[in-house]
Amino acid sequence: MIETTAKKIQSVTGITVRLCGDSGDGMQLLGTQLTNTSALAGNDVATFPDFPAEIRAPRGTRAGVSGFQVQFASEEIFTPGDVLDALVVMNAAAFVTNIGDLRKGGILIVNEDGFNDKEFKLAKMESNPLDAEVLMQQYRVVKVNMTKMTRDAVAEHGLSTKIADRCKNFFAMGLVYWLFGRSLEPTLRFIDAKFGKKPDVAAANIAALRAGWAFGETTEEFGESYQVEAAQLVPGTYRNIMGNQALAWGLIAASKLSNKDLFYGTYPITPASDILHELTKYKNYGVRTFQAEDEIAAICATIGAAFGGTMGVTASSGPGIALKGEAMGLAVMLELPMIIINVQRGGPSTGLPTKTEQSDLLQVMFGRNGEAPMPVLAPRSPGDCFDMAVEAWRIATECMCPVMLLSDGYIANGSEPWKIPTVSEMPKIQCSHPEGRNGDEPFLPYARDENLARPWAIPGTPDLMHRVGGLEKEDGTGNVSYDPDNHQHMCETRAAKVARIADRIPEQDVFGDTKGDVLVVSWGGTYGSCHTAVDRCRKAGHSVSHAHIRYLNPLPRNIGDLLRSFRTVLVPELNSGQLRMLLRAEYLVDCIGINKIKGKPFTVTELVEEISHHATVLRQSKAG
Amino acid sequence: MNLPVLKAADFASDQDVRWCPGCGDYSILAQMKKVLPDLGVPREKIVFISGIGCSSRFPYYMNTYGMHSIHGRAPTFATGLKSTRPDLMVWVITGDGDALSIGGNHFIHCLRRNLDINIILFNNRIYGLTKGQYSPTSVEGQITKSTPMGAIDHPLSPLSVALAAEATFVARSIDAHVKHLGDTLQAAAAHKGTSLVEVYQNCNVFNDGAMAYAQEKKQRVENVVELEHGKPLIFGENSDKAIRLMGNHLEVVNTADVPADDLLIHDAHDPNPAIQMMLARMRYPEMPEPIGVLRQVEGVATYNDQINEQVTAAKAARGEGDLDKLFRSGDTWDVA
Repeated sequence: MIETTAKKIQSVTGITVRLCGDSGDGMQLLGTQLTNTSALAGNDVATFPDFPAEIRAPRGTRAGVSGFQVQFASEEIFTPGDVLDALVVMNAAAFVTNIGDLRKGGILIVNEDGFNDKEFKLAKMESNPLDAEVLMQQYRVVKVNMTKMTRDAVAEHGLSTKIADRCKNFFAMGLVYWLFGRSLEPTLRFIDAKFGKKPDVAAANIAALRAGWAFGETTEEFGESYQVEAAQLVPGTYRNIMGNQALAWGLIAASKLSNKDLFYGTYPITPASDILHELTKYKNYGVRTFQAEDEIAAICATIGAAFGGTMGVTASSGPGIALKGEAMGLAVMLELPMIIINVQRGGPSTGLPTKTEQSDLLQVMFGRNGEAPMPVLAPRSPGDCFDMAVEAWRIATECMCPVMLLSDGYIANGSEPWKIPTVSEMPKIQCSHPEGRNGDEPFLPYARDENLARPWAIPGTPDLMHRVGGLEKEDGTGNVSYDPDNHQHMCETRAAKVARIADRIPEQDVFGDTKGDVLVVSWGGTYGSCHTAVDRCRKAGHSVSHAHIRYLNPLPRNIGDLLRSFRTVLVPELNSGQLRMLLRAEYLVDCIGINKIKGKPFTVTELVEEISHHATVLRQSKAG
Repeated sequence: MNLPVLKAADFASDQDVRWCPGCGDYSILAQMKKVLPDLGVPREKIVFISGIGCSSRFPYYMNTYGMHSIHGRAPTFATGLKSTRPDLMVWVITGDGDALSIGGNHFIHCLRRNLDINIILFNNRIYGLTKGQYSPTSVEGQITKSTPMGAIDHPLSPLSVALAAEATFVARSIDAHVKHLGDTLQAAAAHKGTSLVEVYQNCNVFNDGAMAYAQEKKQRVENVVELEHGKPLIFGENSDKAIRLMGNHLEVVNTADVPADDLLIHDAHDPNPAIQMMLARMRYPEMPEPIGVLRQVEGVATYNDQINEQVTAAKAARGEGDLDKLFRSGDTWDVA
């Protein structure tokens, strides 16, 4: 069915929308649907779901507000946008916590039924904010009795009021779809798949969706709707993908590429749990998931699986990684390949479970007793999680060591269009197990190859019986050794093994010139904001370049030269300066931090302000 | 297939054994080496996994595959290994501190999952490797380096914990009672599911003689009752004493005084652990302590079987996974 509208259509290059309401209002669902529909329309999309840690905080309160932000555009975009072109609020609490991000002149769509004395009291508000004259002057306010109109629309399906009211997110969806010229088809398909077994609920949701659309079409509140053309992306087949999903798929792909079954040992923790939920669906891919009794059991079971010759992966977030510390040290000592994933969240302690932060970098670099170096990789976007998961397993098997994959809540829950790879075209991951001894020569479990990797000899292989453990190993034999020189040699060997990875990973690439005034160095989920900010500064005529690091340990071999090729190095991080500390220590190059620890990502605007300030100062100093 | 005939010596590794002279661990090591050749499992298919503590050095002395892991966690490594490599025979070697203090959590969960492995718990009621602090099985009032005025914790019984977790094989033996120990290890190996064997083991340096009542032959006959499935619980030098169930408690009776029909007949196969729990609670000196198999329930699904059966079932139902298909499932679009 083709939706038509008689109203004027205005073409724009990009729109940023935030949908927010109570935790139970279905805002995440609404956001996901709008994202998928926009991606299917060929737009580039970037999303930012933002929800409370409480499952259902008291209804109507500020603490219970759940939001979903999406930017869709006809050009390549890297962030979900800073300021909102449109804001949909389902109740008073959502209004008061989000109105500050709507740009002047932006569209504010209000569910007026969520604005009454009871709601004001729950949201701790004195009066009805919609009565304020200034609101009408600043924004284009559209008030809709969504609850009532939804009830009317679904009345014929005979649902209880409670169930009927649950359909109001579909009403809002229909209205938003009309406003931005989105097709209803993908969502109709979704409703059919999700509620197919409850025909009355499905029919009611469809009725609500269509009623929302019809309201947009007929109301005099909207004079026009907006159209965002398809973006010019690299040719290929695309789908929309979330970071944790991409990570899970990357792990399965790595397991297939190495011809190894995947064992995933984990303990539920936000924001990593979705990797488990995703992986456990794919048992027919040879995936075994183990929900352990605690974080320690999760990693230890993973090490056990690795000892047996299986691809072992464990994942957690900061608090869980802290618990895994001792076992990570054992994994370093055993020199077995495995992946340890940290999907970072706000810390310290339980911190901000559903908010993003980059404050575990030093934890994953050094959070183990003794000299226990471990490679650290960090994906830069939701889709990149796929590639970095494969890369992590490649390095783990090449070097026979545990590899840390450092994601964060922002990319874990965010989504973007992903160009679907063809698995047969991806390079295979070689891993093999020795099958026997050379004649009568004793088997040396800690003999090393050119990568300093030891053989992955697995139980069940005749003649290769050996014992591993956490006591220091004698080089070669792997026997327990307290010899001082051997200990130093082994510590240095384990460090050299990790350091040598730098020879085999790509050199650091740079967006912009390879020398100049300002180099912005970033890592992890801040890629999109940093890239967009640098792009804007360059277009404004500043001498600014951007290096986004995906290999954090070891760092790419040209990083030192790169840092020294700029007059100022800026390091934006969602922590108090952890990469900056590493860069200063490693290269003796001063770096200036741009640091934010608010549980929120950088906005492009704040980065542009900081970067252009430094670039301007440098330009003026040259001119002077 | 002709398997080479192995002897106890074939299971000895080239490492020097470094337990204190006179330690009970030697006896357990010797019995293990004696039992393994009879199991018909090739050495390369056997894995010993231990935690931390004196007993946990055990894997280094066995010429099999082995892992000396971290404190308290041995059952978890075994879980990952056995789940992915069900073809291997996995033994966990642990102690009272390792299994019941730092590793108490994993101990319970391994038992309730019924992973098909054997856990041998060396109980000497003391911390040996850290040089003499009290352990979770130390008796109340015990004077140790860390309890100069006596331990105030109530001791934990590994058998009670195991029964509460509804473990499918629960047994106890004694380092010095070598024949019994060998037989018990053999029974544990034969069981499908988690086998727990508590072994009374003498620490002759820090807790010498703590279990002499059970270890010394002369005292043992009076203080220990050997369990046999389907048989009455008879003990004493002249087999003159037995156990009777009276109401909801057990009591010692003279065999001469009560008809044979009144005596408690041991039922290790009873899925209901109630009476087995009463046996586990028999403590010296009030009661004789039971050794042998308290509980052996067959036919309970194992974790390793089930995790692999789900993979097989998923493949049968949906076919081998096809990644290209997965990636292209749902909504996709083409950019030309």
